[in-house]
Amino acid sequence: MEYLSLFVKSIFVDNMIFAFFLGMCSYLAVSKNVKTALGLGIAVTFVLVVTVPVNYLLENYVLKANALVEGVDLSFLAFILFIAVIAGIVQLVEMVVERFTPSLYASLGIFLPLIAVNCAIMGASLFMQQRHFIHIGEAATYAFGSGIGWLLAIVGLAAIREKMAYSDVPAPLKGLGITFITVGLMAMAFMCFSGLKI
Amino acid sequence: MSELFSKKNKEVFFNPLGVNNPVTVQVLGICSALAVTAQLEPAIVMGLSVTVIVAFANVIISLIRNTIPNRIRIIVQLVVVAALVTIVSEILKAFAYDVSVQLSVYVGLIITNCILMGRLEAFAMQNGPWESFLDGIGNGLGYAKILVIVAFFRELLGAGTLFGFRIIPEAAYEAGYMNNGLMLMPPMALVICACIIWYQRAHNKELQEK
Repeated sequence: MEYLSLFVKSIFVDNMIFAFFLGMCSYLAVSKNVKTALGLGIAVTFVLVVTVPVNYLLENYVLKANALVEGVDLSFLAFILFIAVIAGIVQLVEMVVERFTPSLYASLGIFLPLIAVNCAIMGASLFMQQRHFIHIGEAATYAFGSGIGWLLAIVGLAAIREKMAYSDVPAPLKGLGITFITVGLMAMAFMCFSGLKI
Repeated sequence: MSELFSKKNKEVFFNPLGVNNPVTVQVLGICSALAVTAQLEPAIVMGLSVTVIVAFANVIISLIRNTIPNRIRIIVQLVVVAALVTIVSEILKAFAYDVSVQLSVYVGLIITNCILMGRLEAFAMQNGPWESFLDGIGNGLGYAKILVIVAFFRELLGAGTLFGFRIIPEAAYEAGYMNNGLMLMPPMALVICACIIWYQRAHNKELQEK
């Protein structure tokens, strides 16, 4: 039950895009059509589910005060270690996907390496550190929920943008401007989930 | 000395402040630009931190650009940036603890700020240290400029204060004026940013998208 609540909360209430603006750059750049948006969303979810638990183990067994050696606090190394883990795992995932499912690799191709610098991935690890989850399962659930939330957000925006190609937008607002306003309105809609409890 | 401030270098420095702004034109670094702008103070601290980090990361990468193997350059860049961010984060914790608590994870997220990777890839890998330094300062200040504008409107209209000092007089509240709480919520940051883009593109027709 706890896990379900955490899962639903991380999708709707603490949505990566609408509540924290994480992963905004690729969100705006790759949301021009639904198919690629879906591909990127799945890739991000996958990388999140792998990296956050790994970083959770690192945080608890290496970085925390007194975790590795008595009296040593390595938490200032968190940024460097987290980003190294993320970059390494993204590289690994890329190779595995390329070896075993070439068709998926071909459709994700360009986005995979770019996920390493997606703020949503790093952000989830940093939030994991801040929230002090007591069990690795919680960290994994949180990561999966955040990924699904990100996926929902990018597919939704891509669908709206596909339709919006036919609408008459004032010239200076065309493209980036109207996309910002659309995301703002979507974020307002998501605000109604705040305070949701299961 | 004249070579250091040649016409080209001036363009490198001033373009990101206006026609080539990293946030509104290049669409880089939006994540943190929106998240830390509910008040002016964290926005300014964030803008300055990013400026310092971009400038020094640009210089370091530009100095070692000929020795980095092409295949692993992204990881090298990430490590350089992560080291700089760690230093800035520790300095903030030591000298401006309140602000660093307010910024929470967004200091760490400077590592994955697209401005960093964008400038390192697009500029520092091809240019000398001095140009890269100017480019970094210019882009950092261009980013800070947007942050300050957004934060100014959000704090003034959302809480009636600037830097925590009351600007809108008590009399206005007694006469029925109300703070717009929505301004402090995430969605309005996006809408204000859209308005800045609207204003900029209405004045500069070349930037408009077809």
